[in-house]
Amino acid sequence: MKIGVCLKQVPASDSRIKIAGPSEGVDASDLKMEINPYDEFALEEALKLKDAKIAKKVLVFSVGGKDSEQRIRDALARGADGAVRLDDPAFEGSDSLGIARILAAAAQKEGVGMILAGKQAIDDDNSQVPAMIAEILGWPQVTVVDKLEVSGDSFKAWRQSGGGARDVVSGSLPAVFSADKGMNTPRYAKLRGIMMAKRKKIPVKGASDLGLDAGSVGAAGAKVTLSNWGEPPARPPGRKLEGDASAMVKELVTLLRDEAKVL
Amino acid sequence: MSNGILVICEHDGGTFKKTAFELLAKAKALGVGSVTALVIGADGGAELGGYGADKVVTIAGDFSRHLTGAYVKAVQGAIEAVAPAVVLASASAEAKDALPRLAARLGLGLGTEVTELRNEGGAVVGRRPVYAGKAFVDVAVSSSPALFTVRANSFGVPESNGGSAAVEALGVSVGAGDALTSVVDTEAPSSSVADLSEADRIVSGGRSVKSKDGYDSLIRPLAASIGATPGASRACVDAGYAPHSAQVGQTGKTVNPSLYIAMGISGAIQHLAGMRTSKIIVAVNTDPEAPIFQHATYGLVADMFEVGPLLKQELEAALS
Repeated sequence: MKIGVCLKQVPASDSRIKIAGPSEGVDASDLKMEINPYDEFALEEALKLKDAKIAKKVLVFSVGGKDSEQRIRDALARGADGAVRLDDPAFEGSDSLGIARILAAAAQKEGVGMILAGKQAIDDDNSQVPAMIAEILGWPQVTVVDKLEVSGDSFKAWRQSGGGARDVVSGSLPAVFSADKGMNTPRYAKLRGIMMAKRKKIPVKGASDLGLDAGSVGAAGAKVTLSNWGEPPARPPGRKLEGDASAMVKELVTLLRDEAKVL
Repeated sequence: MSNGILVICEHDGGTFKKTAFELLAKAKALGVGSVTALVIGADGGAELGGYGADKVVTIAGDFSRHLTGAYVKAVQGAIEAVAPAVVLASASAEAKDALPRLAARLGLGLGTEVTELRNEGGAVVGRRPVYAGKAFVDVAVSSSPALFTVRANSFGVPESNGGSAAVEALGVSVGAGDALTSVVDTEAPSSSVADLSEADRIVSGGRSVKSKDGYDSLIRPLAASIGATPGASRACVDAGYAPHSAQVGQTGKTVNPSLYIAMGISGAIQHLAGMRTSKIIVAVNTDPEAPIFQHATYGLVADMFEVGPLLKQELEAALS
């Protein structure tokens, strides 16, 4: 079985985000980029399934420009067998459904029998693409998975179901899973892997290679548009209380009750 | 011609969650047409009229466990029957799982986890945090209907005005066969507390609780004293002092309570990402330079082991 892993390049999780302007959006200069942390769990799970000989190959799919190649090579260095970068001017301005259409088409072309992706990308925080890919392909989905077991064509996937409880969801492959933190501990690339990855070819595919109608992706197909970018709303300045612990606690509770009115 | 707002009203075995009331009231206030409450898996809901629903539609079936396919079919059936211009749902685990699938099925747009909604010339526009809350952006959805999930506690929860709405059972039949998966087991949590993402009060502990016993004896009782849900920083969880389900932050849960008490938490960017929209933030930390103090409404430079028991006592007294 071939596993497809969806990978996105995002600004590092500890980045300071500056807004260039309401229509310009985020100032991308000076941003250090990384593989979306949740996609790392997805990749690691795929590699573990390959180690266990449940999967034969792990293929990485990523929608992005040439600058995102380094992330793809990182995934190859960790053990992915191949990758396809998806890039086309027609993809510009895609909403989640557009991205899902691109990834689904690419994965389908490679004949994968399972797709793993992070539960959300830490830049747009949409949490939509994996479920959309599943719908497009007509496959079952389990999102926000923190444990996965595969046996033959069957799977069991654990996910949080609210209030700390976890559901154990079962079904048959092919299927799409989105990964949550805690699923595994992503491995680092070893030097040998890094050297090998440097030499791997990463083909680039566009809309016509994937048989995609340009009207179904990109800004042309987008039903969701973002505008009016800004900083988070300013919090009113807070204050530090004074006195010994007992005095501060008494003052705090009075403030919570009478000023903040949250008691 | 689509118009009005369909609000998916979540419930626990027939008892409506606060988010249902919150969204109905907001939908009414937006003034873009009639408000229809959708109740999936229960046959009541007349009381939703007291919170803003002009009418209630129900879909029968066993939805006690979340099955993506069943939820999608139910909402799809409701959309076909009601023809709303907008669908609102709380950004619960179920809605975040199933609504994107529905959006793909019907070619719709979905705005994720908005914290504001407004009426712009008759169209509903959302505003939401992105980049883990480090930026905000307007979201416009051009499909009909437009779908939005809403972060819990974004709007006030109103009192009922005592009103009542007509309830209509929709002829949409949904069964286990509509799902491609099944839930074979549910592992219950060790203690039952309100879901962190929906909690209105949270008390979180940092790694300086020093041990699981430290967390259990300091954070849990303090939380319990005000009916709060216990949370934890990533460092605290990674050290094994609190379960992963309690983690608040960029790789944990995003929360939006009225009151967030951070005990011994420094306030790293990734933790802030999970709780910075909390209305009132209280920080207790021995380090006066801890970044959390820049975001706290009230800061106490003190030892949380000293403050904790005193605070529990004072809170219990204030609430009695």
